[in-house]
Amino acid sequence: MEKVFGRPKGLTEVPFSFCPGCTHGIIMRLIGEVLEELDIIEDTIGVSPVGCAGFSQDFFTCDFVGGPHGRAQAIGTGIKRALPDKIVFTYQGDGDIAGIGTQHAIHTAARGERITSIMVNNAIYGMTGGQMAPTTLAGMKTSTSPHGRDLVINGHPIDLPKTIATLDGAVYVASVSADSPKNIIQAKKAIKKAFQVQQAGLGFSFVSVLSTCPTNWGLSPQDSLQWLRDNMMPVYKLGELKVTEEVKNL
Amino acid sequence: MAKVKILPEYCKSCRLCIEACPKGVLKIGDKANAKGYYTVIAADEEKCNGCTLCAIVCPDVAIEVYK
Amino acid sequence: MSKRVLMKGNEVIGQAAIEAGCKLFFGYPITPSTEIIEYLSKYLPKAGGTVLQAEDEIGAINMCYGAACTGTRVMTASSSPGMSLKQEGISYCAAAELPVVLVNVNRTGPGLGGLGPAQSDYFQSTKGGGHGDYRLIVLAPSKSQELYDMTLEAFDLAEKYRNPVLLLTDGFLGQMMEPVELKEKPASPEVDKSWIVDGAKGRKKRIIASYSLTNEIGEANNLRWEAKYKDIKEKEQRWEEFYAEDADYLIVSYGTTGRISKSVVLNARKKGIKLGLIRPISLWPFPEKAFIPYKDKVKGIVTVELNTGQMIEDVKLAVECKVPVHLYRRQGGMLPTEDEILANVEKVFNLASEEV
Ligand SMILES: Cc1ncc(C[n+]2csc(CCOP(=O)(O)OP(=O)(O)O)c2C)c(N)n1
Ligand code: SF4
Repeated sequence: MEKVFGRPKGLTEVPFSFCPGCTHGIIMRLIGEVLEELDIIEDTIGVSPVGCAGFSQDFFTCDFVGGPHGRAQAIGTGIKRALPDKIVFTYQGDGDIAGIGTQHAIHTAARGERITSIMVNNAIYGMTGGQMAPTTLAGMKTSTSPHGRDLVINGHPIDLPKTIATLDGAVYVASVSADSPKNIIQAKKAIKKAFQVQQAGLGFSFVSVLSTCPTNWGLSPQDSLQWLRDNMMPVYKLGELKVTEEVKNL
Repeated sequence: MAKVKILPEYCKSCRLCIEACPKGVLKIGDKANAKGYYTVIAADEEKCNGCTLCAIVCPDVAIEVYK
Repeated sequence: MSKRVLMKGNEVIGQAAIEAGCKLFFGYPITPSTEIIEYLSKYLPKAGGTVLQAEDEIGAINMCYGAACTGTRVMTASSSPGMSLKQEGISYCAAAELPVVLVNVNRTGPGLGGLGPAQSDYFQSTKGGGHGDYRLIVLAPSKSQELYDMTLEAFDLAEKYRNPVLLLTDGFLGQMMEPVELKEKPASPEVDKSWIVDGAKGRKKRIIASYSLTNEIGEANNLRWEAKYKDIKEKEQRWEEFYAEDADYLIVSYGTTGRISKSVVLNARKKGIKLGLIRPISLWPFPEKAFIPYKDKVKGIVTVELNTGQMIEDVKLAVECKVPVHLYRRQGGMLPTEDEILANVEKVFNLASEEV
């Protein structure tokens, strides 16, 4: 019998540090598969965030750099400007990229920085124990919005990929989800495309992935998936939000 | 002929694979791994058709599929 | 080939960076440092490098972090408020042991302050500035030639010790025009690059990060850094002595005021006052060794500073409080005149009667 599914070469043997059922791990695996399929493990430098994915450096077989909370894209920019022929990607939580690091998200995209950013949107700050994130939905309860996110006090959630898609330097922007086999396959296609866009040197590529946080949502892993579908998907619309002509011709 | 193999050292007993499997092959076993998780087993092994759906949804790359 | 030119202090730093082989500059404009990014924007591309104006100073320092991870020579420059924004990133650079060259053209503070020269960032520069227990190597030039020479050297020092190096100047030095000899940079010593990330081709993957999973690892890291700082402290103390050998009284002053103090010493000598100067050149490590011959000998010390009294603390420690140490300071962008410094020295030590 032949192995038709197993650990991709892009991942080390180190078990993920995520909570049981957390879909962070699925997204990491997809990146590991893409690194292997595009044969770019030896040419890639990843940048990890601060957050639940802060240990990504241990999980991938490529070189990795970790810095301050929210700064992965600035660090990625420094790496790419030094080594323009290498592949550089950042893996960041929604708090990391859409909260403390928003200025880099906007400007990295506007500059058309030839890097790839993967954002994991679980509508909450996971690592620090479930506080409100810029992506927390209206009415959603977190430890810092115990009565539900009040739009008058806390304002509206940010749909970052939608914003990024408006910037000229961003050439590929996709919003995907890690909730079901069908969506996971779509997510992988988007991630792969994003890396191919970088290989072709076309500009900034960005994939936002809807993900669960069973621990801080207070739901079982299975119920978390349903909660994501019922509550996040209507707000954060899935699909390829921006595909420039050059990317289409890839 | 297909075979699903669970890697107990990676399994965190989250059950997502059990829900994803259309054939009801998987269930939680009665043995705990070093971290204390009762890991998934292929209880109805011969029903597996190698669709890989369980492996696709596994967040810990704890499943290998052979065909 | 070396040549003599008349240049603005900030431009001298830019030119020296190019000569040093700096390939990337990330910055954000702020007076009185802006000529550095402007000069490099014009000339670094001609030398095969890139200047990127970042979204802000936080972006700039983290871009430096990324570039330094690849072993590329990289620099950023700013002035006080901008340096405040960079502090978190500088702490991470120190923890990841990255050779980044930093320039602070000190302006007044706190707050937005003004554009005049100041030494109010002495504590920030020498005691850590950001969080955690780290040190930067801090060099304090006092004339254009030193701006050039120390910028060149900063890149070598940063690589030698794998530590950020800060060039601390001020608006006066930055704007001043003075002749400089643009010397060719001597070849840099071979440095170990077995730690850089550039893609794991034919080797094991590498990680550059500073998170310690356990307290035991945390302490081991702190001890390793401590040992490095101790080594630097032993080897890299720098200072200049001026009429110090036979002095009864010493001025201790660096940078712009160190320069003014030289004239003060000459004026005092004309009056028969045996005044000397110790001018710290490395602010960290502070040149404690300079004080060993004098701490049991001189009658008094005055530090001349452009702040509320910051370096004076290190001077007191260096002389183990065996000598009375006074402060003469101007602030908010004001510079002291030679006469006012001398008058103060005479006043605090009751020297008026000693005049001949
Ligand atoms: C400057 C700074 N502020 C705050 C923190 C604390 N902190 C660590 S992770 C985090 C939020 C992480 O949330 P997110 O980016 O959404 O990632 P997740 O953990 O949910 O995957 C915060 C606030 C920090 N490390 N540094
Ligand atoms: S806290 Fe939430 S996001 Fe973080 S690993 Fe656990 S489930 Fe995943």
